[in-house]
Amino acid sequence: MGKKPMKFIGRGLVDKGDKKSAVGKIYLIIERCKGCNLCIEFCPKDVLKESSVFNKKGYHPPELIEVPGEKMCVGCGYCSLICPEFAIYTEIEEDEKEAE
Amino acid sequence: MSMEFDVDYEYQDRCMYMAESHPSDEMLRDDRIPHIWCTGCGCGEIISTYIEAVKELDINPDKVAIVSGIGCIGRAAGYLKFDSFHTTHGRAIPFATGLKVARPELDVSVISGDGDLFAIGGNHIIHAARRNMDILVICSNNYTYGMTGGQFSPATPIDSFTTTTPYGNCERPFNLCDLLASAGAAYVARWTSIHVRRLQKSIKEALTKKGFRFIEVLTPCPTGFGRRNKMGTAIDTSKFYQDHGKIDHGADTRDVRLEDPLSDFSIGTFVDLDKETYLEAKERIFSREVKK
Ligand SMILES: Cc1ncc(C[n+]2csc(CCOP(=O)(O)OP(=O)(O)O)c2C)c(N)n1
Ligand code: SF4
Ligand code: SF4
Ligand code: SF4
Repeated sequence: MGKKPMKFIGRGLVDKGDKKSAVGKIYLIIERCKGCNLCIEFCPKDVLKESSVFNKKGYHPPELIEVPGEKMCVGCGYCSLICPEFAIYTEIEEDEKEAE
Repeated sequence: MSMEFDVDYEYQDRCMYMAESHPSDEMLRDDRIPHIWCTGCGCGEIISTYIEAVKELDINPDKVAIVSGIGCIGRAAGYLKFDSFHTTHGRAIPFATGLKVARPELDVSVISGDGDLFAIGGNHIIHAARRNMDILVICSNNYTYGMTGGQFSPATPIDSFTTTTPYGNCERPFNLCDLLASAGAAYVARWTSIHVRRLQKSIKEALTKKGFRFIEVLTPCPTGFGRRNKMGTAIDTSKFYQDHGKIDHGADTRDVRLEDPLSDFSIGTFVDLDKETYLEAKERIFSREVKK
C-alpha cells in the first residue's frame, strides 16, 4: 500500500536479441479502473485477466493470469499507454533481471 | 493514504502492486480523475499518448498550452495540467491562433472532436490550415457528437445510424485529412486509439515541427456511435482498427477517405512538408517593411 511511483520505464518491447528478458512490475490504481479490459486484451504477453473483485465503482480490475507463472510481464509499457484511465503502469524490475 | 480500499487478501496476493498515483499524474489535474469518459472511450489514449510525447521530448510543461472546444474530447483541456483553455463550441482554433500569435514561444495544441472542429468550427480549421498557422491539432474522430447523445457529424460515414439519422445517414462525410492537406497543412497523419505507440511517435514528431499540423485519431465511442452501428464494445472496435488499419505512409490523401466504418482504411503520415509558416511569413514581411 502507498507505493510511491518510481520513474516510468515502460519503453519499447524488450530487445529480442537480449537473452535476459526483463521482468516488469505492474502497478494498479484499483479505484481508477473502469473495467474496459483493453489492458487485458492487448497485452502482448497475455499476463492479465479480469478479476472477480469489485472496486468501489463496481468494475472488475485486472489481475495477473497466474502467480507465479510462465507468463511474465516484460514491462513493455503498452498497458500504460492504452489504459484510458491512467490506472495501470509498469516498471522494469532490475533485480530479477540479474537473477535470470 | 486516502485511497485505502478493502480488497480481499486473496486478490492482493494474486494481484500486482497497488499504487495511488500514476507517472502521468504530474501532467494531469489528478484531482479531476477519474474523468467523465465512458468505459473504453478512446479519448483517454489521446491524453496518455500526448503526455508521453511531451515527457519524451522533455518539453517544459510551462511552455505547453492546450486548447479544446466543446464535446467529450473537449474535456481534454480540463484534465491536462498545462496552461489550458476550454473554449466555446467550435472556437478552439481561433483561440489557439490568437494565443500562438501573441505568445509564439508556446507550443499550442488543440485537442478536440470531429463535430467541434469540422461542423461548427469547420470554417476556422480550413483557414488555419490555409495560413499554415503554427498549431498542432489533434482530432478525436468518433464519427459522432458523443457528448450530446450521438447525433451525426460531418465525419459520420454515409449510411450510418445516429440519433439524427435513424434511417441511415444520407450525407457523405468530409475526408478530414484531404480537406486540410488541400487547404495547406504542413503535416497530416491518421492513427487510431489502438495504435498508441505510433500515435505517440506521431505526436512527438508533430510537436517538433512548425506550421499547421493535423493528427486525426479514430476513437471508439461505444456509447454513441458504436452501439447504433453494430461496432460492439471498445475492444471490438479496437480489434477492428488493429486488423483493418493499413499503414500507408505518404498516401495520396484523396485515397484515404473513410467511406464505410467497417472496411479497411489507411493510417500513417500522409503529408509532411517544410513550408513557410504564418509566423515565418509575418516575420519576413514585417522585417521587410521596417527596412524601407
Ligand atoms: C454553440 C453550441 N451549439 C451546440 C452545442 C451542443 N454541443 C455540445 S458538444 C457538441 C458536439 C461535440 O461533438 P464532437 O466535437 O465530435 O465531440 P465528442 O463529444 O464526439 O467527443 C454539441 C453540438 C454547444 N455546446 N454549443
Ligand atoms: S507492460 Fe503491460 S502490456 Fe506489457 S507485458 Fe506487462 S502487463 Fe503486458
Ligand atoms: S485498461 Fe485500465 S481501465 Fe481498462 S481494464 Fe485495464 S486497468 Fe482497467
Ligand atoms: S459518449 Fe462516446 S465520446 Fe463521449 S465519453 Fe462516451 S464513449 Fe466517449
